[in-house]
Amino acid sequence: MSEQSAAGKLTRKDFVSDQDVRWCPGCGDYSILAQVQRLMPELGVARENTVFVSGIGCSSRFPYYMDTYGFHSIHGRAPAIATGLKASRPDLSVWVVTGDGDGLSIGGNHLLHALRRNVDINILLFNNQIYGLTKGQYSPTSERGKVTKSTPLGSVDFPLHPITVALGAEATFVARSVDVEAKHLQSVIRSASEHRGTSFVEILQNCNIFNDGAFATITDKDRKAENQLILEHGKPLIFGKERNKGIRMAGHRLEVVELGNGIGDSDLLVHDREDAALAFLLSTLQPPNFPAPVGVFRAIERPTYDASMTAQVAEAKAKLASTDLDDLFNQGDTWDVE
Amino acid sequence: MQQETVAPTDKPVEERAHVVIRFAGDSGDGMQLAGMHFTNESALAGNDLSTLPDFPAEIRAPAGTLAGVSGFQLHFSSLDIFTPGDQPDVLVAMNPAALKVNVGDLPANGILIVDKEQFTELNLKKAEFSDNPLTDGSLDRLQLFEVSITKLTINALNDMGLPTRTMMRSRNFFALGLTSWLFQRDIETTLRWVDKKFAKKPEIAEANRRVLKAGYHYGETAEVFRTAYKVGAATIAPGRYRNITGNAAASLGLVAAARKADRPLFLGTYPITPASDILHELAAMKGYGVSTFQAEDEIAGVGAALGAAFGGAIAVTSTSGPGICLKAETINLAVSVELPLIIADIQRGGPSTGLPTKTEQADLMLVMYGRNSDSPVPIIAPATPADCFAMAFEAVRIATRYMTPVFFLSDGYLANGAEPWRVPVAADLPEIKVEFRTDPNGYYPYLRDAETLSRPWAIPGTPGLEHRIGGLEKDYLTGNVSYAPMNHEQMVRVRERKIAGIVREIPPTEVNGPAEGDILLLGWGSTYGSIESASRELQAAGKKVTHAHIRYINPLPPDLGDILSRFKHVIVPELNMGQLVRLIRAEYLVDAIALNKIQGQPFKVSEIVRKAMSLLEKN
Repeated sequence: MSEQSAAGKLTRKDFVSDQDVRWCPGCGDYSILAQVQRLMPELGVARENTVFVSGIGCSSRFPYYMDTYGFHSIHGRAPAIATGLKASRPDLSVWVVTGDGDGLSIGGNHLLHALRRNVDINILLFNNQIYGLTKGQYSPTSERGKVTKSTPLGSVDFPLHPITVALGAEATFVARSVDVEAKHLQSVIRSASEHRGTSFVEILQNCNIFNDGAFATITDKDRKAENQLILEHGKPLIFGKERNKGIRMAGHRLEVVELGNGIGDSDLLVHDREDAALAFLLSTLQPPNFPAPVGVFRAIERPTYDASMTAQVAEAKAKLASTDLDDLFNQGDTWDVE
Repeated sequence: MQQETVAPTDKPVEERAHVVIRFAGDSGDGMQLAGMHFTNESALAGNDLSTLPDFPAEIRAPAGTLAGVSGFQLHFSSLDIFTPGDQPDVLVAMNPAALKVNVGDLPANGILIVDKEQFTELNLKKAEFSDNPLTDGSLDRLQLFEVSITKLTINALNDMGLPTRTMMRSRNFFALGLTSWLFQRDIETTLRWVDKKFAKKPEIAEANRRVLKAGYHYGETAEVFRTAYKVGAATIAPGRYRNITGNAAASLGLVAAARKADRPLFLGTYPITPASDILHELAAMKGYGVSTFQAEDEIAGVGAALGAAFGGAIAVTSTSGPGICLKAETINLAVSVELPLIIADIQRGGPSTGLPTKTEQADLMLVMYGRNSDSPVPIIAPATPADCFAMAFEAVRIATRYMTPVFFLSDGYLANGAEPWRVPVAADLPEIKVEFRTDPNGYYPYLRDAETLSRPWAIPGTPGLEHRIGGLEKDYLTGNVSYAPMNHEQMVRVRERKIAGIVREIPPTEVNGPAEGDILLLGWGSTYGSIESASRELQAAGKKVTHAHIRYINPLPPDLGDILSRFKHVIVPELNMGQLVRLIRAEYLVDAIALNKIQGQPFKVSEIVRKAMSLLEKN
């Protein structure tokens, strides 16, 4: 089997495990799984050096279907487990698959701290704005007023926006894509894997059983051009079927403008992946008044936790005259009894 | 460096076999530091010793109040000793509050040294004294030494131009110098420490040096103390010794075990009293291949450790009872995925936040049963501070050999208490054999070793062994998710059998005393010293009493049933409401009697002796 492990010769099939996929037919997770399995052989990482870690929820079944190393853990804790794994094994490519409940409700704290630490792991958060595995309660990303079994009169709390949360946690790579946009999704995940540090990708994912059509405005063929803003570094923020609309600053806010009548590309904001303030403003945009941005909101370079930790251990080792256990045992005041 | 050795006294020197001294003051008075240095001086004098630091949870409770009193007790001896002593022979009280909290523990004719200047009207009021105890006759039963510690400290420093606050901080060193003279301790090691500690603050170093020597010389020259005392060296097994606390010993044991297993050590943890020193100790040992991860919470601490275990590290998490509650779900995951993990529970008083800085043994049932479903986890418990080294080492051995989480169940008393530790020779420590599976032929993630029933440790990075693990029930062999009814029963039973099987490697139980008799005193953990001392006292009085101490609680030692059967009565002294005693009664159908103390303090020897005597008198 060792010849299969040489990176580069692999195909999608090499990453498909022998387990039957048990998501509901029509679930957006199938498409995400397929894109990840397609992308993996191109990343140049051996199967045995790839680890998928997940928590609990529909999305968290993901590792069972990848023929890599995998760890289906407990609710919300995948970022913590992945952090320990990557910090002690920087040679591995470590991925976290989580959902809006797993990552932003029960595991919110771990997600925040993984992001601020900048451990070199890739976090894929499947956001379907609903609890699927427990059969349809509202989630922390559900819109206010959501009517579900647990909120028959509508939810009364306000949702979190995953991209805004990630930016607030000082994440060094923040992106969004959509389950059904195969090519875009692949390119975003590829960028995430290439980024050194924690990469956070929100994937808008349709739950066709409990929250069907939650993102229809953004994903429907005939509506998406008007409602998706594709972010490209260094390019002006233009969208629309005719590519005739753009985003510009109006005071401290963003506004949509129609191109023409004296308004040209140069009046529009140009996307800059290193501009934290711009990324934050973009993270607040959503239909119906604005298009939903997809692509890379933010990507900056910072030292990673795992590399810094490894370097500290190496430096401490180098400073010691001897790393003999006996020298360690005999530190401090000792005395001899004859 | 200048030679600082002080001359022996010209005053008469009285020989004592053993002495218990307690330093007490405000939590800002540096009593722990003074106690620690007196301990080191005593260790270097060859005494056997045992310490009990006792400090408030508040870092700085209001100065001068009863709540802010911090104490450090040391028992030093020319004989074998096992406890910090039931009551002090000597009390140093730096203010009225320290006097009020501690004076009741002094026996008649005990030595009391107070800082006279601190007995002001304001301080007396803060300590809730209506009359000045120095003058109202209430201390007549004691040998009272009123020393102007504050004034003498300031006199020693007044030409240095230091702020009063800074000068006042050296008062503890006056007390240390004075008591060092009183017991003829060599202060050279403390002076060396001062030079090293304050190398970058020469003024502070000079101040502490001066005050320490001023205290020492005051004892010699002032016509206050008529005699000095001497406690000779104890007969101790030959070897090199150092003084060590339980948490420091546990940290060294973990590092040693990881080295002997040829694997890196990874600690994932969150600060909590009284476990934090394990983090501090290990964080300072990075050069020995140690990684420490201070997580965002208790759950992430153990989660990161489990992740590191999946990757092949010797993984540890350290905490106290409240942290165990939070980590329970992850520990259960470790049981399910069968990965090695050491969980150090340094117990403290509870429930809830309870008594963070005080000791208790009340987490036994928590670690034994505190997880959903049938979830067996080995539990081992060190008996003394130095024993923490051996038992931490043993925890790593069991965890890796049996692919299981292991509880290392210590407590605040062991963690902060100190005793002389015979420094081991690394080459004499056993190797810990860790073999990762590498052969894909015939590999299944849950294929078990015929003897230990442990599954193979196949770490990421190994070609051909890619597999998935998780918290869902899994097939007995393949590890794939399985909800089959019989498979679940088989898995529950094999997890139970695996842990029960550790029994074959448990060494004979330590039994001190006759092999049969009237009373067996059965203990575990930090009660070792009190029970052993009580047992010796009873034996010396001709009673048929024996002390057995178990270090393995799950599974219980194979010889324990036989030991229990040889005694008319079994008393189980515990610092809880009766936890081991319940296990013993359930396991062996023995009518074991509980002796419980829940005061945040260790047993006094006399408390155990009294219980045994009352039982003997009844029968």
